[in-house]
Amino acid sequence: MAISNEAGQLLPWPYKVSYGAERAYDCDVLVVGGGIGGAWAAIAAARCGASVIVLEKAATERSGAGGAGVDHWQWVADNPCSRVTPEELTQALIDNHGGYRGGIGSYIQCASAWETLLEMEAMGGKIRDTEDAFRGADFRDEETKLLFAYDYTNRFVLRVWGHNYKPLLREELKRLGVRVFDRIAVTALLNEGGRPGARVVGATGVNVRSGAFITVRARATVLATSRPQRIWTYSSELRGIATFRPPSVSGTGYAIAWRAGAEFTMMEKSMRSPFGSPYSYPAYGSGNAINTWYPCSLVDANGKEVPWVDAYGRMLKTLDERFRPCEGQKFFIMGGGSSSQPHPGFKQYLGPKPIPDLEQRMLAGEFTPPFYADLAGMPEMERKAIWGIMIGNEGKTRIPVMQTYRASGFDPDKDMLQTYDFLRGHGMREPVVPQERTFGEQGACGGMLTDWDLMSNLPGLFGAGDLVFGGQDHSHAAATGRFAGARAALYARRNAAGAVDVAQRAREKQRAHAPLHAPEDGPDWKELNAASARVMQNYCAEVKNEQILSLAELWLKDLEQNEAPRARAENPHQLMRVLEVQDIVTCSQMIVAACKARRASSDYLHFKRLDYPEIDPPDWRKWLVIRAATQGVEVSDRPIAFWGDFERNYRPRHAENLAAMQAGPRVRKVAA
Amino acid sequence: MENEPVVYATPNRPTPGRPVLFDPAVCDGCNRCVTVCLEDILIPNPEKGRPPLVLHPEECWYCGPCVDDCPRPGAIRLNHPLQQRVRWKRKGGGHFRV
Repeated sequence: MAISNEAGQLLPWPYKVSYGAERAYDCDVLVVGGGIGGAWAAIAAARCGASVIVLEKAATERSGAGGAGVDHWQWVADNPCSRVTPEELTQALIDNHGGYRGGIGSYIQCASAWETLLEMEAMGGKIRDTEDAFRGADFRDEETKLLFAYDYTNRFVLRVWGHNYKPLLREELKRLGVRVFDRIAVTALLNEGGRPGARVVGATGVNVRSGAFITVRARATVLATSRPQRIWTYSSELRGIATFRPPSVSGTGYAIAWRAGAEFTMMEKSMRSPFGSPYSYPAYGSGNAINTWYPCSLVDANGKEVPWVDAYGRMLKTLDERFRPCEGQKFFIMGGGSSSQPHPGFKQYLGPKPIPDLEQRMLAGEFTPPFYADLAGMPEMERKAIWGIMIGNEGKTRIPVMQTYRASGFDPDKDMLQTYDFLRGHGMREPVVPQERTFGEQGACGGMLTDWDLMSNLPGLFGAGDLVFGGQDHSHAAATGRFAGARAALYARRNAAGAVDVAQRAREKQRAHAPLHAPEDGPDWKELNAASARVMQNYCAEVKNEQILSLAELWLKDLEQNEAPRARAENPHQLMRVLEVQDIVTCSQMIVAACKARRASSDYLHFKRLDYPEIDPPDWRKWLVIRAATQGVEVSDRPIAFWGDFERNYRPRHAENLAAMQAGPRVRKVAA
Repeated sequence: MENEPVVYATPNRPTPGRPVLFDPAVCDGCNRCVTVCLEDILIPNPEKGRPPLVLHPEECWYCGPCVDDCPRPGAIRLNHPLQQRVRWKRKGGGHFRV
């Protein structure tokens, strides 16, 4: 189907183009990115009485990495049924990453995920089995009607019906009078006096349908733009642009904060890509036993069941043991074998999983491929939970898997979904191509360094969700968004608005619109993205040394200076894509800079330097922090656990947040 | 050679090129899917009341809100690329695919 009229002519752009238009707005709190973290930040700030603007590249109703839904509300240590405390769980999560998980965001998540979820319930979100569909199930608490996942003994992960949480957040934004500007791609943060490193006083953006340039002046700004995708793998030909998070999540928050002088940490960590591989299948859409599918039984081609083991390699005898901590553990974190190599986590926290030597036993003839996820063989309650609450509510599974597969005839009561493990790599779990890497597709990843206010080193610039260093998950985005929104509103109360530097705004407008005037023979955004990804595949992949990384640096600078400025956009949509790839190049440069700075290898960080082969030497057990300075990249470090005591830092701020949210106007009139 | 068709110098279409399929008999062109699409791959049909056009099919993330939020069930459906069709086995016989 060609997009043309009957005469074969190209259709005119369907929206009014206004490249010449310039609009300016003022607010107390600007939220960049209207996904889960951003929506929660805006709601919290508005509840504190702040005037709030959200700039969102897509449509806030469904945008963001969690916009299509959520099935697990993770690390809800503050829920009434939990048998672990927020302190215990946060420390376990951090320890399990060898110290390289953000203590600030993780504690906020573990200590307030439940009260955040209660607010979602108040907005109309379903969090309990009110119909008693799972009455009597091992994973149900009969009094609260909450359903749990993974560790049924300790009960700190909830199963939720999150497919419509995002539209409900959008409704709440509307109710609170938050000004939501959809289809605005933010292009830059504005610093006081136009000087990188100074206070952030607002941001600029372009409308991705009209091309109009906008400026927002704000007393405080919350960045909530998730984490960069398309860094190592880019393919429009293969699987949905080959990203786990939405492809338009291009690391813009990272890039603009970097250019504004913000500090970033753990940017050297990347890992092989279980979900983001262009060669994998729809997420949770092939046979597996992890996350949404935990703990589905696997069988071989002859129906022989794959045994499961506990963290210490002991065979499990019953299905129930897949939901219980084993001898030697108080509780376990997730399970199913999703932990990625080379650092698989510590045994005291590892959940049950299928036998790890399945491939060897298959090659020896003990099992016959292909394997299948035996949904039909699971007990009814578990089957209904997996092919019901979980597949029915997880982002990107409700329609792509549940509805589409059902329409094709898949029957969870009769059918076994094929796994692709060992046929052409490791299916869901572990691709074999080392250069198919990802930055933070799963697990904790690098991000903007913040203090306990979730504020960066730049006054007035806050972070929420995925972009905050070392965090992960939908509930993390929600809880940190809520926390950051309140902190930003309180900051806005105490600080007068700064002045937008006219010259900086003018420079940015010129830069943002430049692709519209680029020469016709320049690369398009796809070619540029593919080239940038290729540089990272070749020079920042499994093995690294000074020489290899220097070539990455050289190549990326070349792309930045000689190719990116020539990338051409024919319309506002293409303009958005070109600007995204420019941000992807910047994010790649940040990653390479961090990789050069860490002169040691690390299993925890999936980081191998040929020239510094010692693994996690004591001198290098620290967080590396990078920042763009006038004379190149400035590197500093922070000790492991630099965030100090959880409760002492969290509790007073949390109390202040709650008081402010309760005292602020509940509903604010929409500004004309 | 009479009756030969007129042939044009058409470039290749982007692939995958059919991420969503519309049923024009059901779709009333409300453009709800255009509004919610995360990647902005759809544009309104210049002809009112007709299904939107898929302008950027190769940018689809296959997430599904366009289908989930459609007020007229059946008007739009997700269509995985052929190379993404997963297979399953039925207990008692048969091997099928999406």
